[in-house]
Amino acid sequence: MQSRRVVVVDLGTGNLRSVTKAINTVSPNSEVHVSAEPSVITDADHVILPGQGAIGTWLKQLGPGSELRQAVVSALGNKPVLGICLGLQALYRYSSENGGQKGFDLISGTVRHFSEAETGFGTGVGQDMRKIPHMGWNRVRHTRTHPLWKDIGNGERFYFVHSYYADSQDPDQIAGQTEYGITFTSAAAQDNLFAVQFHPEKSQRAGLTLLKNFINWNGTC
Amino acid sequence: MSLAKRIIPCLDVDRGRVVKGIRFVNLRDAGDPVQVASRYDQEGADELAFLDITASSDNRDTIVHVVEDVAEQVFIPLTVGGGIRRLEDISRLLNAGADKVSINTTAVNNPDFIREASQHFGNQCIVVAIDAKQVDSKPDGSGQWEIFTHGGRTPTGIDAIEWARKMEQYGAGELLVTSMDRDGTKNGFDLDLMRTITSQTGIPAIASGGVGNLEHLVEGVIEGGADAVLAASIFHYGEHTVREAKQYMAQQGIEIRL
Repeated sequence: MQSRRVVVVDLGTGNLRSVTKAINTVSPNSEVHVSAEPSVITDADHVILPGQGAIGTWLKQLGPGSELRQAVVSALGNKPVLGICLGLQALYRYSSENGGQKGFDLISGTVRHFSEAETGFGTGVGQDMRKIPHMGWNRVRHTRTHPLWKDIGNGERFYFVHSYYADSQDPDQIAGQTEYGITFTSAAAQDNLFAVQFHPEKSQRAGLTLLKNFINWNGTC
Repeated sequence: MSLAKRIIPCLDVDRGRVVKGIRFVNLRDAGDPVQVASRYDQEGADELAFLDITASSDNRDTIVHVVEDVAEQVFIPLTVGGGIRRLEDISRLLNAGADKVSINTTAVNNPDFIREASQHFGNQCIVVAIDAKQVDSKPDGSGQWEIFTHGGRTPTGIDAIEWARKMEQYGAGELLVTSMDRDGTKNGFDLDLMRTITSQTGIPAIASGGVGNLEHLVEGVIEGGADAVLAASIFHYGEHTVREAKQYMAQQGIEIRL
């Protein structure tokens, strides 16, 4: 098992402790820091960008011109980065959440609310209608091979909880897809970036395997 | 449809220990929360719910430590309820490793709390717990239920179905619906109550109260329209393992994570 310096970027939302503990579990030799300190991000080997809740609040922490933003943008350019939930959505050009938010535009496509997709969501009798948020264990179908899929079955279930979904434009940047009324991008990959809509830190064995693969990944495909 | 229905074992926690009892009386110690949680995790639980029933507010911090300890070893979603009154209570639980909090009494006393909490933390982590008791039937034969607070002791005069819809509008991300008539009876969920709520709301709903056998879990999903089923005693007393429950539900054609 490799020993790495890992930073879990702290943008003030949700449960960062579980990500940290999951990394401790799969890689006891790695040093894990939960931090929003630009220098800690710059010094890290691996960067995890997690986030839950409202993307507007989350992106506000990465204000234009801030040192934190520069450190994150620089990491997105050259370190192995794992985006989780909002950390996936923020890689796209645009999200319709919170009146419209500009993302990092590293993965082509947009992020939309499930209700913008088509009918079949919302209130309804029994199993005919799909509830929002999409909450629970759903299948992730691999659309390409990737070091982060090592030892993970094609179609394995992961834990999701989200109301906005990523609609990728470039099929080459899709690593995994999930069905929930529509087919959406549940894993995106581009060079040193890998990002997932689900929560590996809450997805039991399959999630821990993915996190282990991330720690062992050198950022190339 | 490939989203799996969830099975959620529920642990009542009093002063840092898992306890068993019937309707909050005759409590007996049932072990260390980390051990119990780990066992359910190994058996394939999709999520765990912790209900803090500690009466004294002095011991409220204990549940935060319980969540911290469990979250170090158990990597599935954790929902924590009981005694949540302030945004700070929520942020402490989330920081300790909880993914969702369930709120009942405070929501009834101050519905705007749900709006604030949802805006602050995102609706994905705000579960509104509804404890409902049937009070009447309408002329057309459909049921009417009233919600109760303080662990089912205090009537509110509020209609449960209207309340569920209101809480959805206020930003609840999920509903945890417990039938007070069925809780502890082992006669199965109140399926009318579940069906009425799941057909009139667009957020996920967990059925709770009354599970006595595995068929009841199946009914909750198929007839009640529940997205998840919560049970305590059938798992605590070793009548069934979570894995048996999941296999049974899968055999009945329900989408399950096995």
